[in-house]
Amino acid sequence: MSAQDFPVIFELGAPGRVGASYPDPDVPAKPLDRLLPADQLREDLPALPEVSELDVVRHYTRLSHRNFSIDEGFYPLGSCTMKYNPKLHEEVAALPGFSRLHPYTPAEDAQGALELIWGLERVLAEISGMDRITFQPAAGAHGELTGILMIRAWFDSRGERRTKVIVPDSAHGTNPATAAMAGYQVVTVKSDARGNMDVRALREAMDESVAALMLTNPNTLGLFEEHIVEVEEIVHGRGGQLYLDGANFNAVLGITRPGDQGFDVMHMNLHKTFTTPHGGGGPGAGAVGVKTHLAPFLPLPVVEKDGDRFRLDADRPRSIGKIRAFYGNFGNLVRAYAYIRSMGADGLRQVSETAVLNANYVLARLRDRFDLPYDRVCKHEFVFAGTRQKKQYGVSTRDMAKRMLDYGFHAPTIYFPLIVEEAIMIEPTETESKRTLDEFIDAMRAIDREAQENPDLVHGAPHNTPVTRLDEVRAARQPDLRWRPR
Amino acid sequence: MKTTNDAHVTLTRHVQHKYIPATPAEREEMLRVVGVPSVDALFADIPAAVRLTAPLRLPPALSDPEAIAHLGELAARNAHAGAMPCFLGAGAYDHYVPSVVWALAGRGEFLTAYTPYQAEMMQGELQAGYEYQSMLCELTGMDVANASMYDGASATAEAAVMAKDLTKRDEVLISTAVHPEYRQVLSTYTRPLGIKIVEVPHRNGRTDSAAIGAAVSDRTAAVIIQHPNFFGVLEDGKGLSELAHARGSLLIAAIAEPLSLGILRPPGAWGADIVAGEGQPLGSHLNFGGPYLGMMATRQEFVRRIPGRLVGATVDTKGRRGFVLTLQTREQHIRREKASSNICTNEALLALAAAIYMASLGPQGLRKVAELNLYKAAYAREAIAGIKGFRIAFDGPTFHEFVVRTPIPPEDLNRRLRRKDILGGLPLGRFYPELADGWLVCVTEQRTREQIDRLVAALEEIR
Amino acid sequence: MYPKELRYSSEHEWARMEGTRVRVGITKFAAEKLSDIVFVELPQVGARVTFMQPCGVIESVKAVSDVYSPVTGKVVEVNTALADAPEVVNSDPHGKGWILVAEPDDLKELDKLMTADQYTKTIGEAT
Repeated sequence: MSAQDFPVIFELGAPGRVGASYPDPDVPAKPLDRLLPADQLREDLPALPEVSELDVVRHYTRLSHRNFSIDEGFYPLGSCTMKYNPKLHEEVAALPGFSRLHPYTPAEDAQGALELIWGLERVLAEISGMDRITFQPAAGAHGELTGILMIRAWFDSRGERRTKVIVPDSAHGTNPATAAMAGYQVVTVKSDARGNMDVRALREAMDESVAALMLTNPNTLGLFEEHIVEVEEIVHGRGGQLYLDGANFNAVLGITRPGDQGFDVMHMNLHKTFTTPHGGGGPGAGAVGVKTHLAPFLPLPVVEKDGDRFRLDADRPRSIGKIRAFYGNFGNLVRAYAYIRSMGADGLRQVSETAVLNANYVLARLRDRFDLPYDRVCKHEFVFAGTRQKKQYGVSTRDMAKRMLDYGFHAPTIYFPLIVEEAIMIEPTETESKRTLDEFIDAMRAIDREAQENPDLVHGAPHNTPVTRLDEVRAARQPDLRWRPR
Repeated sequence: MKTTNDAHVTLTRHVQHKYIPATPAEREEMLRVVGVPSVDALFADIPAAVRLTAPLRLPPALSDPEAIAHLGELAARNAHAGAMPCFLGAGAYDHYVPSVVWALAGRGEFLTAYTPYQAEMMQGELQAGYEYQSMLCELTGMDVANASMYDGASATAEAAVMAKDLTKRDEVLISTAVHPEYRQVLSTYTRPLGIKIVEVPHRNGRTDSAAIGAAVSDRTAAVIIQHPNFFGVLEDGKGLSELAHARGSLLIAAIAEPLSLGILRPPGAWGADIVAGEGQPLGSHLNFGGPYLGMMATRQEFVRRIPGRLVGATVDTKGRRGFVLTLQTREQHIRREKASSNICTNEALLALAAAIYMASLGPQGLRKVAELNLYKAAYAREAIAGIKGFRIAFDGPTFHEFVVRTPIPPEDLNRRLRRKDILGGLPLGRFYPELADGWLVCVTEQRTREQIDRLVAALEEIR
Repeated sequence: MYPKELRYSSEHEWARMEGTRVRVGITKFAAEKLSDIVFVELPQVGARVTFMQPCGVIESVKAVSDVYSPVTGKVVEVNTALADAPEVVNSDPHGKGWILVAEPDDLKELDKLMTADQYTKTIGEAT
């Protein structure tokens, strides 16, 4: 550690210092080796930090100041739907009736929790147009795996063996990774000049060996798949299943329903569309909706209602089994449920209308400065290419993204989707005001000017962050993944 | 008159919502800039055939006070560990969570941040991840830990897939003394990959070493045990890992109760190759089963095969220490279908909470909590063993859980206890038909002697 | 820039005949394209490699690239120095940054590869 390094908590400790208080045992305390065999006992205590409570409070408070969050500022991170996370949700999720409820509490003593899960299933089924929903997956990618495994089980139950899954070249990386985890070979289909999945290429790729098409709609370019009706016919026409990656659901709430578009399975990222906080990388919650024919394969258990009582049903012999222990990230279900009940139908439609309006507004005010590879009305996000700045001024998209941090905004998503060179993907969400959007637009235009007039300033960015650009090559060549005393 | 009213309603349909700042005037202005007459025009690319023509049929929107009241009413209908003594464990543990943990982890700066893609402005989250990884290594005795997985069950399943990749073998042995839900998840994950799962029956509540020795072969990628196991019994980790290593297999240790490592020899010290497990006991509440914290740690030589995110230390352009996500080529956003897992969003916030928890306790605090669990469970175990009609099912040493054979069905027992405001242990018949009279009792540091005595008194009455 | 005595593949590997053996690496063009190389996954000595099938992996911070074998045969040597110093592939791709040496089944297979002139043309560079 050098003098200018921000300390790691281990470096703050002093031997013998403690930061927590526990009572002395109120039951007889016997020597450990009389309760447990000596060879099972730990010889040394783990070398955890030895710090006081105030050391802990200061350290993590200071670390929090070295973080950027929605609470602090605008987060136009495309594909991630970084909208406001209501404080009310934190309050209700922390109610001891939820937070201190043991997952194996008998159903008759967990009626409130089960009713919430059941109620959330009902409202999300209506919003998505799907018939049944599981909440077991802990994140979007986990939901993808659950969905594809259900498709696999459905084919198995029909005695059909299919070996491939089609994904468009604009797909999230999780889609091909999921298909591989589910034992499928991945076939990539290219996009057409308008940013849709190429229908002709799909027709060629789609045959009786293909189990499913995994599609994101609106896709990762922020564009609605204009040929969705035809796509549905092609896939179902060859007996395949249609999977929706619902990462972009925020664009179409109350406007169109994936179930009505013909999707057989979809996952919803409750931590995107339905406001559960992302926590710096989780917990998420990936609800997976299915049509009736796939319902027998849902993970165990599902919540059923008999009269006015709720119960957990695990007696479902065709289920794919379990995808994690217990019932999912219940704490996030509380938040998502509170959100939907607060918004109502009109509120949710306003969410999508405003998210789409905001995106189109930002697009309209920046399009004279940035290349737009697919020039269409966008949905809740859009993708620029930083190619002009790269070619004319030698300033890359990464440079501009880093410079954005100096203006007090998070950067947009960059270099994704992979089919757009120097991609800059912007998603404003509905919870940002026009004033914030205007400030962001001004910053983007200023950075474009700087790229031309003072490229070194942009190359060297960020300048105002707790650290300057970090050496990722060194981190990968000489991995230092844990602290050790030096 | 009615028609007029309806028309009026349509005209003033707009209700300003507190989460959506755009006012009607701003909407008009933005539409003008975009160059479209109405918001509807922005959705013209959606084929009419799939566009909704009627509002969603959802319950009417609730105001904040109404929402709080409604959720409060649902919460009130659950019997929770704060309201009455709870003797349930089985992979979800009611431990004391110091106030600092969520006062800090719950700060908006952590709570409402995304995955740290822009490292320079996300040093808080990244450094906390590095600290968590470091502490988990200390706790488990392993070389490297990742930044988190979903939960103990899925982490164990991913460890098995990792073992398959490392050994290029296709069979996994798992003891039936591993949490039944972990085994179910393992089977779900591995089935499509052609991994054969062989369940090796426990013997008297412990993994059967002889049976493992007989079953392990050159095809075995890994042997999976849980320690302490699902029945609360300590395993012979050293002996079992030697059996696995003798045939070139890996030993995966599923740790459902990391607090036990405050007194137990860590898996790294007895030969585990991969530690997977559940970090919920490290500072997270029960939450009806989630969010929880998947832990994963392994040996240095396997670092390039570990799934999930890794935080690494490096330097900035001025030579100052900083942190980044590293070795990312293992991950789905780069390697796509060849990635080590599809995991993306994980449980970063709970890893942060675990770091704060471990730092608060320190080595002494951790030892003390572990001892409290051990002593109280031993006290309860001894007292219950002394009640006529009840007996301890397995004689192996236990940490804070043990199995009791009950004179009446444990489900009935729990109903009777519930009338005395006690949440009893877990009836095992649903997982182990041969243990229909088996009752898994957990006693954490949260249970007072008075509560344990109440349980014992109630059991004496029932008999 | 691209030595005349080497043969080049469409996937940017080079092959150098050394008696009955063939030394294999990736081209300067590929090394530059990948930028800072942080890790090289080598095959095992004794492993079989097949013409234009993956035989190793090269990683930079944000990209992964398969190495395709320009010959069919058996691996007799691998460049273990790359474990500690993968950056040599960047600094000296046609020399110290070699990946493996193989014993080809049929040396004539090399005729399927490009000459330096042909290769420089495909990558749009002047020699």
